[in-house]
Amino acid sequence: MIPPRSTPPPSLPPPGVEKMRAEGLSAWFGQKRALKDITLPLVEHKVTAVIGPSGCGKSTFIRCLNRMHEVVPGARSEGQVLLDGASIFGREVDPVRVRRRVGMVFQKPNPFPAMSVRDNVLAGLRLSGITPPDPNRLAEEVLRQAALWDDVKDALDLPGGALSGGQQQRLCIARCLALEPEVVLMDEPCSSLDPVATAKIEDLIHELRERYTIVIVTHSMQQAARVSDYTAFFYVGELVEYDEADVIFTKPSDPRTEDYITGRFG
Amino acid sequence: MPPRLHTDLAYEGELRRIREMLLMMGAKVEEMLGQAMKALVERDSELADRTLYIDRQINRLELEVDDLCLRVLARRQPVASDLRFITTALKVVTDLERMGDMGVNICERVMELNEEPPLKPYVEVVHMAEAAQEMLREALDAFVAGDADRAAAIVERDSKVDAYYAAIFRELLTYMMENPRNIYRATREQSIAKYIERIADHATNLAEMVVFMVRGKDIRHVGKLERRASTRAAPAAAAVTDDSDASLRDLAETGRLKP
Repeated sequence: MIPPRSTPPPSLPPPGVEKMRAEGLSAWFGQKRALKDITLPLVEHKVTAVIGPSGCGKSTFIRCLNRMHEVVPGARSEGQVLLDGASIFGREVDPVRVRRRVGMVFQKPNPFPAMSVRDNVLAGLRLSGITPPDPNRLAEEVLRQAALWDDVKDALDLPGGALSGGQQQRLCIARCLALEPEVVLMDEPCSSLDPVATAKIEDLIHELRERYTIVIVTHSMQQAARVSDYTAFFYVGELVEYDEADVIFTKPSDPRTEDYITGRFG
Repeated sequence: MPPRLHTDLAYEGELRRIREMLLMMGAKVEEMLGQAMKALVERDSELADRTLYIDRQINRLELEVDDLCLRVLARRQPVASDLRFITTALKVVTDLERMGDMGVNICERVMELNEEPPLKPYVEVVHMAEAAQEMLREALDAFVAGDADRAAAIVERDSKVDAYYAAIFRELLTYMMENPRNIYRATREQSIAKYIERIADHATNLAEMVVFMVRGKDIRHVGKLERRASTRAAPAAAAVTDDSDASLRDLAETGRLKP
């Protein structure tokens, strides 16, 4: 057991706007504390990767960022998450609205298998009770953003389940983008994909960075090194180190980060 | 050095193997230099000839280290201290190989010198070689121990070897001025001193790389500029070298030295 820090770890003054910020964020599942006093900035139009061994709290962390953590029975959190400087936990804040601004892509591609590709893209909007003025144009636009348009432009009426795993994941990204989020959370988006599909998603992440702020949780250190601008290392619910990815992967300052990323797990 | 071992012990073994081969190369360079000096002092050309073969072993080790480093890069995708270690090893191996080549050159000059009676007893050049050997040994020790302070101290010692070279050159020049018949032997001894000076330079490179490997901070070139500034404060040695260059030019142009 690593003793909790008396002071929060130093966070870099980011050379950019802080889109989101966790401030002294802690989270519990019942009696079990999953996150301990996390303070972490998420810089706008940058990719922040969260790495750490299983059970370190990285998924819990990003699920706090769009208030999905509290959906789990018995789960609660303390501390603050700021989105554009305003708390997402405020009494007047609608969690559904938060989840629209802070979208999420999950580990396993989860399109609606029987629903057509087009309807899958628009599903999020429909569930939110929104009818876009030109659904076909919107579908094309977000499918292009998700680098899926060329694959599916002639298959828009096919069921989502007919696509390959990599295509399904990009479809889920398109579905997320259709809601025009400002932040996209990705919880191990490539862990069930082959290397080609993974490379496509990673390429996509680079492009999406222009328009969105991205937070990606990944088990693959190499992936974090490839896609992220900033990397945060979590260990048993604590933020051990946060720095530019270049620094984390060449000269991390905390020995626990060093041990983890070099493969010295003890 | 990170105190903990890799969870993947095969990976740990590969890194250890690279470390061992680099140490072996360094030991071979030291051995070459030591034997070359022995061959010079004892006028043992056969020993010098045998010593040449050590370079082949060094070259073989270079290939092995390069090969293993590439494999580790491709298959393990090292990061952080491991990445700095591998990239450092790839550079260190080149410097060590060059030192081996210098050793060959020294042995060849020794064999040429042994054909003639000695100009004077070989004292300074042997001391100089010992100083260079010591720098190399220290640099490799620092490399193995991951000791940046020790490595940084070696960088400072290069000037001592440079001073040896300047002194030896100055003395040999007087011999050459005295009698053109001395020139053949004097230039050979001067070459040996120059090769030793280059070996010390490579040992300095090595030490600088060790500092980078441990601290992740590059100290190359910065140090050299500072050192140059400090030698400018004591220009005596440089002035002599300039004079000697002028004297050599005269010699080359007119076939005789100005009085």
